[in-house]
Amino acid sequence: MDNIAIELRGIDKSFGPVHANKNINLKVRKGTIHGIIGENGAGKSTLMSILYGFYQADSGEIIVDGQPVSIRDPNAAISAGIGMVHQHFMLVENFTVLENVMLGAEDSQILNKGIAKARQELKRLEKEYALEVNPDALIEELPVGLQQRVEILKALYRKADILILDEPTGVLTPAEADHLFRILEQLKAQGKTIILITHKLREIMAITDEVSVMRRGEMVATRTTGETSVEELAELMVGRRVLLRVQKGEGTPGDVKLSVQGLTVKDSRGVTMVDDVSFDVRAGEIVGIAGVAGNGQSELLEAIAGIRKATSGTVLLNGESVDVTGHRDPAALRARGLAHVPEDRHHVGLVLKFEESENAILGYHNDPRYLNGVFLDIDAIRKDAEEKIAKYDIRPPNARLKTANFSGGNQQKIVLAREMERGPDVLIIGQPTRGVDVGAIEFIHKRIIEMRDQGKAVLLVSVELDEIRALSDRILVMFAGRVVGERSPDATEGELGLLMAGVEGRKEAAE
Amino acid sequence: MSTPYAKLPGWVEYGLVPLINLAVAFIVAGLVVLLVGENPFEAAYHLINGAFGRGEYIGFTLYYATTFIFTGLAVAVAFHCGLFNIGGEGQAYVGGIGVALACLWLDQTMPWYVVFPIAIVGSAFFGALWAFLPGWLQAKRGSHIVITTIMFNFIASSLMVYLLTRVLKPLGSMAPQTRTFAEGGQLPKLDWLLSIFGLNIGTAPFNISFLLALVAAFAVWVLIWRTKLGYEMRTMGHSPSAARYAGIRESRITVIAMMISGGLAGMMALNPIMGEQFRMQLDFVQGAGFVGIAVALMGRSHPGGIIPAAILFGVLYQGGAEIAFEMPSISRDMIVIIQGLVILFAGALENMFRPAITRVFAMRGQRAAAVVQTKGA
Repeated sequence: MDNIAIELRGIDKSFGPVHANKNINLKVRKGTIHGIIGENGAGKSTLMSILYGFYQADSGEIIVDGQPVSIRDPNAAISAGIGMVHQHFMLVENFTVLENVMLGAEDSQILNKGIAKARQELKRLEKEYALEVNPDALIEELPVGLQQRVEILKALYRKADILILDEPTGVLTPAEADHLFRILEQLKAQGKTIILITHKLREIMAITDEVSVMRRGEMVATRTTGETSVEELAELMVGRRVLLRVQKGEGTPGDVKLSVQGLTVKDSRGVTMVDDVSFDVRAGEIVGIAGVAGNGQSELLEAIAGIRKATSGTVLLNGESVDVTGHRDPAALRARGLAHVPEDRHHVGLVLKFEESENAILGYHNDPRYLNGVFLDIDAIRKDAEEKIAKYDIRPPNARLKTANFSGGNQQKIVLAREMERGPDVLIIGQPTRGVDVGAIEFIHKRIIEMRDQGKAVLLVSVELDEIRALSDRILVMFAGRVVGERSPDATEGELGLLMAGVEGRKEAAE
Repeated sequence: MSTPYAKLPGWVEYGLVPLINLAVAFIVAGLVVLLVGENPFEAAYHLINGAFGRGEYIGFTLYYATTFIFTGLAVAVAFHCGLFNIGGEGQAYVGGIGVALACLWLDQTMPWYVVFPIAIVGSAFFGALWAFLPGWLQAKRGSHIVITTIMFNFIASSLMVYLLTRVLKPLGSMAPQTRTFAEGGQLPKLDWLLSIFGLNIGTAPFNISFLLALVAAFAVWVLIWRTKLGYEMRTMGHSPSAARYAGIRESRITVIAMMISGGLAGMMALNPIMGEQFRMQLDFVQGAGFVGIAVALMGRSHPGGIIPAAILFGVLYQGGAEIAFEMPSISRDMIVIIQGLVILFAGALENMFRPAITRVFAMRGQRAAAVVQTKGA
């Protein structure tokens, strides 16, 4: 058939003993949106990196427009008409849109001629695909959604016919994501082929024509989107039935355990990141903080956890005041019953080069039960780690394995086990399931609700709106450092989305 | 996207990879010798023979190794805490003050086994003192440790010139050095240790501070992997943000780690001052502080790696001197080139052959797994 834009035949790739891609076959029809889903570590990113020339396949063929091609590096991919929009944007922050688009495709040593040509071409592309961006705006001044648009323009400028998008909605508000989908529809209508990599089943259902599922390095199924269901796809991804929404009873809120009043945090440049935020968290309730990444949630969590200095405001933990503006002492806060699951487990919550058992005591290493005087009690530490491994089903069950060798979900379980098993009064959790596979998400959600049912006060920050809605008893929405509204978890996604985009919030504040 | 990670077996990681690097360094060094117009095999013979040929040579090799174990450990301790202490040279130099003071004070009245412990404490104290200031400046003012420690090397050098020409020099002497110590300031040689193997120590200054170096290596292992302080240091070294999260007091740990590092560097002074020259001379460190960096790199900051790496550099020093002596067209500077090549391949280019080796072992692993599978079927 000649309507196949790209075909993969028997792609195989190993990294040492890790077999990342096993005999992958895939056909993507021209002018369609083809979704690829799979858990973390299923091999999606490896496969796309092979397509874009970052890695070489050990064996197998790539056929573009009926012609076998060899993609040795990204340049070869570009000349084969393949463009990629990375999860983390590859843009030069202090360059303008125009400069970024033509970077690496300047045509000549003298820039002037190229600039004029690029400007013209950019205008044409904008018109053709309704991708408006001011070509002279600096990247760092653009919102994330527009930065992504620049990435797409970059690919189109290089005459890409096949566009690969890697987790494109991770950083977008629901409204921005909707806008992106409209752009993708437009591109499809113009005959472009789009490969969309995501772990969000809802997006797959909303926009793709066909969907392929990867599991453990293998392509396990390809379905026509219209003929499948979220449940079927989830099952294909995980290999067993999963509960997509956790069962949760009514909460029974008790006393206020964590009280935040007028908290303001400025960063090192003096920019206000958290602006006069106040709220209470009671025993036996989960308060969720929704918001697009970068609206002050991270700074709020860090200030409460004692890692970041607040500029003003008060925090009461178990009714007693915490010094948030002066001396920071996370160790003392832990001793007072505050547990913190940080957003960034790779750099903050864990030391990846440590053995599992060493990470299982991080922050609690002053506890006398792990010590013999100044010496570590290695036996006690390992025994403790093994108990947690068993209880949280951490795999592989090896307390001496380097933490970097655990999957994202299991790494997160290491952090959760450490923080939850202490019986804290207040648990603050950032992005509990970021980069975690579907199977582990279910487990983690259950644990969080268990903590609530045991009467703990839980403060939850997540950029996954679904997660916030599934777990929270109350939802606070943050925008530009302020809490712009409080909603019940029954609020519609549209309503929360508008708050997250700062539209409703401004009105509310004005009233 | 997680980075694909392949683990090599221990004997490959810590045995084969360094050996291949070392072999390549020697091949390139051989080419350099060839370019000078000399026979590289002859040079190799003199190197090996000069280092191991006689009991006396072995004594010298181990004498140098003793020095390098101390400075290598010093660099390694700081490195585990994420600090690159390149001031071992200055810390060792200033550490000499502690040794000299102990000896000048007690050598005529006390036996060596009384003076030695006091000298150990003194050398560690002065070395730690010299590392304290850069550590404190790093912790409190954010002054980069690499810059401050290297500047402190120069300050140490000037300070010692002043002390050895004005303060510690005996009246009427023209040499910038202390007086020669009496017996109480002289460490016993380890001739009995070599004689167990039927070797004669001859004039080699191989002395009891070698045993102290081994004890120090073990103590460093205990410190880094078995104490709470070591745990906190490693956490900071791997991830400062995780250390902050864990409530580890960074400035305190930084200062302590630097002082331990400086103390170890300072203890190096025991070996030449009490073990060889029996007086403190100008410039007695002779670059050992910098060699310590190479030793720590090669030994992967693990005491189990630092001891063989220190011995290797002992071989290069002792055998190299022998080459320069036997083959006049190869000057002392050539030896430095050869040492530089070892550092280059073993340290800086450490990862050059690793991908290829990893691939070979991954293939072997797969084949082995396939065999197991077919057998199981």
